[in-house]
Amino acid sequence: METQHTSGALPITASDIAASWNPLYDFLIGISLFFFVIVIGAMVYFTIRYHSSKKEKPDPIQDNHALELAWTVIPTILVLIIFAWGYIVYRDMVTVPSDAIEIRVIGKQWLWNFQYPNGEIRTNELYAPVNQPVKLIMTSEDVLHSFFIPGMRVKKDVVPGAYSTLWFEANMEGKFQVYCAEYCGAAHSGMLADLYVLDEANWNRFLQGRKLTIQTDALTKTAASAGTTSSGEATSGSPRPTLVEQGKLLTKTKGCIACHSDDGSQRVGPSYKGLFQSERTMADGSKVIADENYIRESIEYPQKQLVKGYPPTMPTFKGIIKEEELNAIIAYIKSVKE
Amino acid sequence: MSNTAAAPGENYLNCSKGVWSWLATLDHKRIGIMYLYTVLFFFLVGGIFAMLVRLELMAPGQTIMTADQYNKAFTYHGVMMVFMVVIPMIPAALGNFILPMQLGAKDVAFPRLNLLSYYVFIVGAAVAVGTLFLGGVDTGWTFYTPYSSKSSGAVTVALLGVFIIGFSSILTGLNFMVTVHKLRAPGQTWARLPLFIWALYATSIIQVLATPVIAITVLLLVFERVFGVGIFDPNLGGDPVLFQHFFWFYSHPAVYIMALPAMGVVSEVIPVFSRKPIFGYKAMAFAIFGIALVAFLVWGHHMFVSGQSEMANFIFSLLTMFVAVPTGIKVFGWVATMYKGSIQLKAPMLYAMGFIFIFTIGGLTGVFLATLATDVHLTDTYFVVAHFHYVMVGGTLFGFLAGLHHWFPKMFGRMYNEASARISWVFIFLGFNITFFPQFILGAQGMPRRYYDYLPHFESLNRVSTVGSWLIALGFIWCAIYLWRSRKSGPQAGENPWEAMTLEWESQSPPTHHNFEHQPRVTHGPYDYGLVSKEA
Repeated sequence: METQHTSGALPITASDIAASWNPLYDFLIGISLFFFVIVIGAMVYFTIRYHSSKKEKPDPIQDNHALELAWTVIPTILVLIIFAWGYIVYRDMVTVPSDAIEIRVIGKQWLWNFQYPNGEIRTNELYAPVNQPVKLIMTSEDVLHSFFIPGMRVKKDVVPGAYSTLWFEANMEGKFQVYCAEYCGAAHSGMLADLYVLDEANWNRFLQGRKLTIQTDALTKTAASAGTTSSGEATSGSPRPTLVEQGKLLTKTKGCIACHSDDGSQRVGPSYKGLFQSERTMADGSKVIADENYIRESIEYPQKQLVKGYPPTMPTFKGIIKEEELNAIIAYIKSVKE
Repeated sequence: MSNTAAAPGENYLNCSKGVWSWLATLDHKRIGIMYLYTVLFFFLVGGIFAMLVRLELMAPGQTIMTADQYNKAFTYHGVMMVFMVVIPMIPAALGNFILPMQLGAKDVAFPRLNLLSYYVFIVGAAVAVGTLFLGGVDTGWTFYTPYSSKSSGAVTVALLGVFIIGFSSILTGLNFMVTVHKLRAPGQTWARLPLFIWALYATSIIQVLATPVIAITVLLLVFERVFGVGIFDPNLGGDPVLFQHFFWFYSHPAVYIMALPAMGVVSEVIPVFSRKPIFGYKAMAFAIFGIALVAFLVWGHHMFVSGQSEMANFIFSLLTMFVAVPTGIKVFGWVATMYKGSIQLKAPMLYAMGFIFIFTIGGLTGVFLATLATDVHLTDTYFVVAHFHYVMVGGTLFGFLAGLHHWFPKMFGRMYNEASARISWVFIFLGFNITFFPQFILGAQGMPRRYYDYLPHFESLNRVSTVGSWLIALGFIWCAIYLWRSRKSGPQAGENPWEAMTLEWESQSPPTHHNFEHQPRVTHGPYDYGLVSKEA
């Protein structure tokens, strides 16, 4: 299967947002050409017309207030229009639809691991359904990376110790290029991934762990031999637990459930039930929304933002729980709703 | 005030002899010349790194070096060009020479401080470049954490080098500010100040206010690396994005430390070679300060995809848009100055026009990056690489070359060869555009920056870019040869070969040790061409 890279001087346009990005870009090109031609055209014309060989005595014009006002006010209006247009398209780029499929991404020198809801982990292979929004929840194990899909016109830095998100909705099937766009060391330019946008049937096959009807590169093997261990990888024979099931299992094996219930009952710590996206009151009276980053911080640095009424007794799990496991636990906590 | 009259033929170059008379000089002109040669040396070394980088990128895969060597090459290219070339190039080299003379002064306000800042610069640069022999640095000139917190190699030493160089910048800025306030010639009111002085004055303010921030930032990073204090490294409980805020809080204003002096040079050259007053003097001066002010408020536009809040992105994008307005005023003003002038296409003018051409492209493509949606796609790609080379190289370097040719007769008392200068201009101008314009397209197509290797569909434009870099190199080699030869053997320049009206041209060429035989007095504006008759 061939990667679809470019069409003309731009990348392929593979989402509605990319399609709404293009006219803005074209508008900027047009405005730039307009001003470039005016400025450089005038400069070249004056050079020829008023060359000292033709014009010996210059006219000592010092200013022209109307002209100066015009070239102050008109550019100001134009840049405000450009700003507004840029913000409108940008707002769509960062407003994640609530029904988006969540795929978790872990960047590390120098590969991408994708953790799917079905519990599977694929290296450097991102699978996504066509015409459905996909939300990537991303973190890094080491240094900064940046997740860049030119075909979708989206990019977001991947930061260690925190989650950042990016979303896209491909409007065509095919194979697209993913780059790491933030310098991350020796193999930065080799930190590539393929995005496979699948039709509905193949996406369902993928989720069920069945063979796809399209040809994909077997990059997973290369990565596995590079020393990646995937905690969520299915052992042969038994069916693979989903990400949420893995998380639930981890809350047992890591000892979380001694203090945290999943049914709302009070133990030493808060219950998972209804926790995600709820407003929490801290010991100092401030209020915090329990989002991905808050839950992550509460596991790694439990005392940093302590919920009111609970003792500061939880040990830190920083460095004890792997990124993939953390992802599974958070996916599980998110699944325990009111 | 007693000026001992200089003997005929005596000037600042020959009034005292020996290496020590240079190394211990307090003469702003000699310090300027020492800066000039120092900066040009680092420009040569930084340029060699650039050529190596371009050569490696001529074809996909390994071409002439390993990925690790490549990463170090672009890091040294960036560190040297930013901190040791483009920032000091105009203020410290040309500014040191010209600023006191344009004010009609004998020297800067604090000549000893001036010499100190030169040696601080040398020490800082030596420390930073010395890391080449300590295993090298591969973090890029931006030193982003936590890569720079973890990277092995001589990052700590390089950071200390940058820290030291910063003090040189602060001291020069301080010196210039006091000089402008206290040492202006009688009659030189603020409204009669040449725009080069205005530009250097605004630059000095930025240097004094912003440089301490980078000093603190690199020191914090050194503390983290040496003592394990968690500030930026998440493994130590730090925040890597905080570093970017600190870094750009300095480094964005630093872009204007680079650009404003070049704008100052262009504002000198265009009236002289159009034989006309600068168009809209007041607006031009205000625009300089408009740019300097906005410079401090827009650092977050480097971080639209870093994960900073959407509100921050909204505000920084909006504020950044206002950079375009004063910048536009300046560009329109220069072009309007040429209207109905009597234009002489001498090398300084060619470089000033080259500046306008290239800086206009650099400025317009800046709007693409200030706009939120377009920036998301274009940031961290070759589009950004092309953009800032158009601003920094096209801007500062062309401004510097305009100034160097403009003031060369004053500095050395000789004329350069005009035909040679035109040839090298053609090579540098064409070479520059051939090198960097294709990079806009590469970036728009999605090629990320700092890539050692790239996918095959990027090959042809990369090849064009590499060939362009050879043309630039040829242009500079030729430029170095004819300037070096002209400074001893060119025709005598005389006091004022361009018939310019600013004060530096009232001294002999090269100037005497004390610049002027008599205290110059200012009776008209700096660009009153065709308005007052110039008395010989």
